[in-house]
Order: sequence, then structure tokens, then C-alpha cells
Amino acid sequence: MRAYRGRALLLALPLKSVVQRFAFAFLVGAALTVMILSRAEPTLVDNMRGAVSDGAAPILEFFSHPAASVASFVEEVDALLEVHEKNSVLEDQNAALLKWQSVAEKFSHENEELRRMLRVVPDPEASFITARVISDSGGPFVRTVLINAGENDRVHKGQAVINNEGLTGRVVSAGQHSARILLLTDLNSRIPVIMESSREKAVLAGDNTPHPRLKFLAVDARVNVGDRIVTSGQGGVFPPGLPVGVVSLVSEERALVQPYVNWDRLEHVTVLDYTLPGFLPETKRAGRIGALR
Amino acid sequence: MRVATWMERSELQLRGLTPFTITLLLVLASAVPWHIPIFAPVTPAFAVMAIYYWSIYRPDKLPYAATFCLGLLHDLLTGTPLGLSALIYLLVQGVLSSQRTFFHGKPFLVVWWGFSLVMPGMALVSWVIASLYFNTLLPPMPFVVQAVLTVLLYPLFGLLLSALHRHMIRGT
Repeated sequence: MRAYRGRALLLALPLKSVVQRFAFAFLVGAALTVMILSRAEPTLVDNMRGAVSDGAAPILEFFSHPAASVASFVEEVDALLEVHEKNSVLEDQNAALLKWQSVAEKFSHENEELRRMLRVVPDPEASFITARVISDSGGPFVRTVLINAGENDRVHKGQAVINNEGLTGRVVSAGQHSARILLLTDLNSRIPVIMESSREKAVLAGDNTPHPRLKFLAVDARVNVGDRIVTSGQGGVFPPGLPVGVVSLVSEERALVQPYVNWDRLEHVTVLDYTLPGFLPETKRAGRIGALR
Repeated sequence: MRVATWMERSELQLRGLTPFTITLLLVLASAVPWHIPIFAPVTPAFAVMAIYYWSIYRPDKLPYAATFCLGLLHDLLTGTPLGLSALIYLLVQGVLSSQRTFFHGKPFLVVWWGFSLVMPGMALVSWVIASLYFNTLLPPMPFVVQAVLTVLLYPLFGLLLSALHRHMIRGT
């Protein structure tokens, strides 16, 4: 009996290592397959992501609170160190802003008057919902965040996302009570924009760096460092006029933009529900060529 | 010899789950927004540290299938190309399973040195695969910074993991 057991062990040990090696090869193959599949069938993967994010949302929310308090402590110390400096800067700014306020009020009245005279078709009102950021991209691959609002809160794929500083990105997938936001710095982000003063149109293309590029500018376009960039509203997905950033660098072959949003302090964001009248929802638009619906 | 009661046995099993649970928590830690300046793109690969550690000391408690699932979870939560982290985690484990006998029982500095070789290798592999996936060259700097940060943080996490490991053994 003992000899038999010994022989079984002699056989079992190599067998175990063979099985493990097989499992390793199989799982590596599975990982590669999943990657290729996610490239070929993005909708399938989006749905899966939605389901998993929904499941993990409460846990992430729970963990995001202590993380936020660590962050606010760091900020607090930071703020204390430069409180004097900031105060004098803010006082100056306040004085300047008060002047601008009266100018803005005057213009706003004048604008209203002129619109009435010209019978301008008003832009549709956007309704909104504000949600908390519960997950970060956590790595060098993508620039996305997860928020704790989803389809149940009328957050849908494609909607524009802003915060108090400016345009943040857009919704790329929505679960029942969580949604993923593609930040405008992400490699896959493309946003139709316009220079506020010169009215030159362009597409703001992210490339995973903090400074997205302006693409498809007209050949003779005049772009200067410091020009304000806002959304153009072309394509009907984003409301026009949302502040995006300022031009930070112009050279022969490229123009870079510094977004207004401070990515480190992205705690709450606002999702805009904006649909042009007569504009087809995404489900009713023509699909990709070859995509069956 | 006394037969272990049901309670004792389930406690033993729970202790056996420590490596998986810790790695799971670290996956969540890398997904949580830390709000630290310029931290998000270079968040250290927390889970890789744990996988490296357990692959040396308790490979039996973190099977390939578990690593695979943890990698998929990381990808789904952070928006990374699905399967990429799963692949990287498996590769770390695969490399270590062949070098395990070398590292086991060696002083900490040797283990750390090993990690400082594995992590940049994994950063390079993930940069190449991600660039192929997105069909464009990704900016390489965040990958470099992430690898350096992760290597620098390893001693802290190694200490933490070995403390937990000791706690796990004490029961058995």
C-alpha cells in the first residue's frame, strides 16, 4: 500500500506541474483573446464594464471617502503655506472682476434686447445631474473616471460632462447607477471646438498627455497663445459655448491646449442632458458599416 | 490527535484566502481616486507588488485563475483595455514561478532587486501591447514613472505583506 501511494505521488507531482503549465498557457491565451474581442466588439465589453462598475460602485464609493480626506489634508497644508500670497492675488482679482461684472450685466441686457429684436431661435435648455467621482484611471493607459450616477439617473452615453472649471469630457458607457467618463485628455477623445474670439473651428484631440492638440485647423487659421477655446456645438452632442481651455503652445506643426479643469481635484462632475429638438438619439442613428442591429 | 472542529477548519480556510483578499484590496486601491497632484496616470501598480510577493512565498494560495480574474477586475474598473492587466499579472506570476527557487529564503534586498528587474520589464511589455491596441505610440513617460514609483514603494509593501503573511501562518 505504501509503495503504491509513493508511486502515485511520483506521478501526481509532475502531473500537477503539467496542469499548472497548461492553465498558465490557457489563461494567457484567454487574456489575449479578451483583448482582441474588446477591440472587435466594443459594445459587448461596454455592457460588461457597466455591470461590473455597478457591482463595484458601492465598494469604490466607500473607499473613495478616506482617499478624498487624505487628499483634502494635503490640500489644506498646501493652502496654509500660501494663504498670504493667495489673498493678495484674490483681492486684485476681485477688484477686476467687479468691474467685469458690471460690463457683463450691461452686455447681457443688450444681448437679450437684440435677440428679441432679431427673433433668434433660443438654444434648448440643458438639464443636469451632479455626481461624485468614485474611480480613477489608476494607470498610464487611459484617462477615464467612474461616477456614481447611471441610466437610473438619466445619464446616457454621449452626454457632455463639466465641472465648475470647464468641460471635463463625455460619458462613454453607462450602467444602471454608474457611468464612465472619457476625459478630454484621453487618447480617444475628439471634441469639436471653436476659438472664442477668432471663431476658427477645430477638433480638440486628446493624446493621454495633459495638453490635448488642436486638429483640423484651417490652413490660414490665426491661433495665438492665450486664446480661449469653447465647444462649438457642432454635431449636436455638446451644447455650444462650454469653456474648454486656453491655447498654451503654438508652433509650426501643432497647437496645444491647456484645459481649465484641474484633473487632480476632480471630485464632483456635472452631466448635461442636452438634446437638440429633432436630433435622433444614438440608438436610432445609422450604425457602423457592417454592424448588425 | 484531535479532529479539527468546523470552526477551526473554516478559520484555516479564511486565513488561506489572505493572499487573494489582499491582492483584491490592492486592485481596488489603484482604482480609487487619490486626488494627489499628477498621481492618477502614474498610480503605482499596487497589485503587481502583491502578486510578486505571493508568487515567491505562497504560490499555492494565489492560483493563475485567481490572478486572471483580479486582472480582469482591474481592467473593468479602471477602463484599461480589457485583458491587459490580466496578461501582465499572469506574466509576473509566470516569470516568478520559474525563478521562485532562486528568490525563496533570500534576504529582502535580493527580492527587491528582483522586483526592480521585473517591474520595468512589465512596464515595457504593457507599453508595447497598449500601443499596439490603440494603434498609436502612447506617451512612454507615465509608464517609466509608474515603474520607478512602484519599485520605490516595494519595501513598504513588502514589509506589510510579510507581516500579514506571518499573521496568516501563526494560525496554521
